[in-house]
Amino acid sequence: MLDLALKGNKQYWGWVLALLVVIGIGFGAYVIQAMQGLTITGLSRDVSWGFYIAQLTFLVGVAASAVMLVLPYYLHNYKTFGRITILGEFLAIGAVTMCLLFVIVDMGKPERLMNVIVHPTPNSVLFWDMVVLNVYLFLNLIIGWTTLEAERKGVPSPKWVKPLIYLSIPWAVSIHTVTAFLYAGLPGRGFWLTAIMAPRFLVSAFAAGPAVLILLGMIVRRVSSFDPGKEALQTLAKIVTYCIILHLFFFALECFTVFYSQIPSHMAHIQYLYFGYHGYDSMVPIMWTALFAGLSAIVLLIVPKWRQNEKILPVACVLVFICTYIDKGMGMMAGGFVPNPLHEVTEYMPTGLELLVSAGVYAIGFLIVTVLYKVALSVKAEHGGLHDH
Amino acid sequence: MTWDRRKFLKVTGIGAAVGLSAGWQLLKPGALEAAELETKYVKNPSGIPLSAGGRWGMAIDITKLDDKSCSAAVEACTKQHNVPQYLDEDGRPIKQEIKWIWETEFGHAFTEKENQYIPGDVMHSKVLALCNHCVNPPCVRVCPTQATFQRADGIVMMDMHRCIGCRFCMAACPYGSRSFNFKDPRAAYFNQKDPETGKPRLDEVTSEYPTRTKGVVEKCNFCAELLAIGQMPACVQAAPGVLFFGDMADAGSDVRRALSDRYSIRRKPSLGTEPQVFYLI
Repeated sequence: MLDLALKGNKQYWGWVLALLVVIGIGFGAYVIQAMQGLTITGLSRDVSWGFYIAQLTFLVGVAASAVMLVLPYYLHNYKTFGRITILGEFLAIGAVTMCLLFVIVDMGKPERLMNVIVHPTPNSVLFWDMVVLNVYLFLNLIIGWTTLEAERKGVPSPKWVKPLIYLSIPWAVSIHTVTAFLYAGLPGRGFWLTAIMAPRFLVSAFAAGPAVLILLGMIVRRVSSFDPGKEALQTLAKIVTYCIILHLFFFALECFTVFYSQIPSHMAHIQYLYFGYHGYDSMVPIMWTALFAGLSAIVLLIVPKWRQNEKILPVACVLVFICTYIDKGMGMMAGGFVPNPLHEVTEYMPTGLELLVSAGVYAIGFLIVTVLYKVALSVKAEHGGLHDH
Repeated sequence: MTWDRRKFLKVTGIGAAVGLSAGWQLLKPGALEAAELETKYVKNPSGIPLSAGGRWGMAIDITKLDDKSCSAAVEACTKQHNVPQYLDEDGRPIKQEIKWIWETEFGHAFTEKENQYIPGDVMHSKVLALCNHCVNPPCVRVCPTQATFQRADGIVMMDMHRCIGCRFCMAACPYGSRSFNFKDPRAAYFNQKDPETGKPRLDEVTSEYPTRTKGVVEKCNFCAELLAIGQMPACVQAAPGVLFFGDMADAGSDVRRALSDRYSIRRKPSLGTEPQVFYLI
């Protein structure tokens, strides 16, 4: 089926070429990092994870959100999602690939990557994160590819795919839970040491992922003959609405526990993020931007007339994206590491090279999603793309 | 000589089998590292003896720590392990610095502020911070490759040849005791001048301790290499009467005697990590 990705108009090839250029630039930046070491990043002894791991955390959420299409369709027989489930699964493949690449570019010794497999260590959450992410990648590849191939041939999907589909539902939850456990089990980091970390990760993922899907659906409608359908997008919008509200609600719960208990080592991090700590305040404008973006998104989404307006909906989706991207990305890193375990402050901002490497990884992910979407949309076009399956 | 299909399969088959078994012998988990460590450290007959079930521990008398003993201890460690000194133009450490043992303030080492009325000489005293060689170390728990591990004698060690540089251990350590080689430290060992400041990164270089590479984490190892040849850790040797070291299971050891005479505290005891570095106050 991959041959379908080789036929496209000028616009398609222009986009692919642009992505390849960004990949080339990112690779060049990575070569500099490989030669000089992670010293080219803004990371430090105190803030030892930064932009790369922030992207990993956010993108695991985007990947997991495919379940928001798979679950209603396969468990509740919600047919409206049938035609776009493949878009969720293929988005997950791109997102998980980016996650794995962000882990690799963050490693000090990427050439020793296989040590994680050669010396498997079940007590390390990172070991389990590698396991769940790779399995999720293959689940989506197999499920997406097989169901699409069946659709192309006009036959029902083979029976053996069903158990894999059912497995992929709890598996999606697992990838984000395990990613939260990377943080939530560390004894010395007050900001991360909270049982609500995994639920917070999940709801922000189920806000961000479907928001991205709505935006992609609108792009797909514009650049191809395939229309995901207004009802599908509107159902996704309702999911986004509930989840962005839950996202901010869970953050409020966190704030209550931290500030009512008034344990200094837990308060310090949130103070740093939102108000500054001992005069260090570079995260403050960023965090309030996220909070206001989230609150405005709720206002735009909660009023049915605005949510149903397809000019306002994408704006709300972008706001949801901004809110969750900052909160789970840079906010999660800077909040966790500042102040450090000795209550000293070293601030963090990514460097230009760090951003270029990240742009390269994103371009690889976009290229994968572009190619897979091209294949999926071509199959749907061959079959008229208008009937539910 | 002609190659028919049968012969080709036979030769390539044997070749593949030999290659696979050789590969397995070389790469099978832990074989190489374990053998190396066993002969190198644990069973060295000249090493300081440790009682059965014993573990190493350290006590630091912060009432006696002064500028002189502090810098002597830090310098001895730096020299012993070639710890690169990354300084900016004003001579201050850069944020990507490496440190194994360092001087800090009482309030930073002991973040759960006890009370404001404790004697001034304690509150304003210097404190040396280093790896606590915890009985229950979070860094060992999170390491995905067992590159950081706990020896039978309690020392939390780094295998620099296995570390993948993921820095999970740095996030897990509640004491900020771990450093990452953001740049190539060998430039410092070979006493190349810092391209930015034009100054050498080490005053003196020893060939006694193995070099590290960029991209791996390092930290205090309680001078396992000195214990193995019957010597006390470098910082303890450099600050006699201030730093005490020995077998925690032996009531007659230096460290145990120091602890039985005086009241001592540990960093963040509520976390349950059981630090084996004690501070006499």
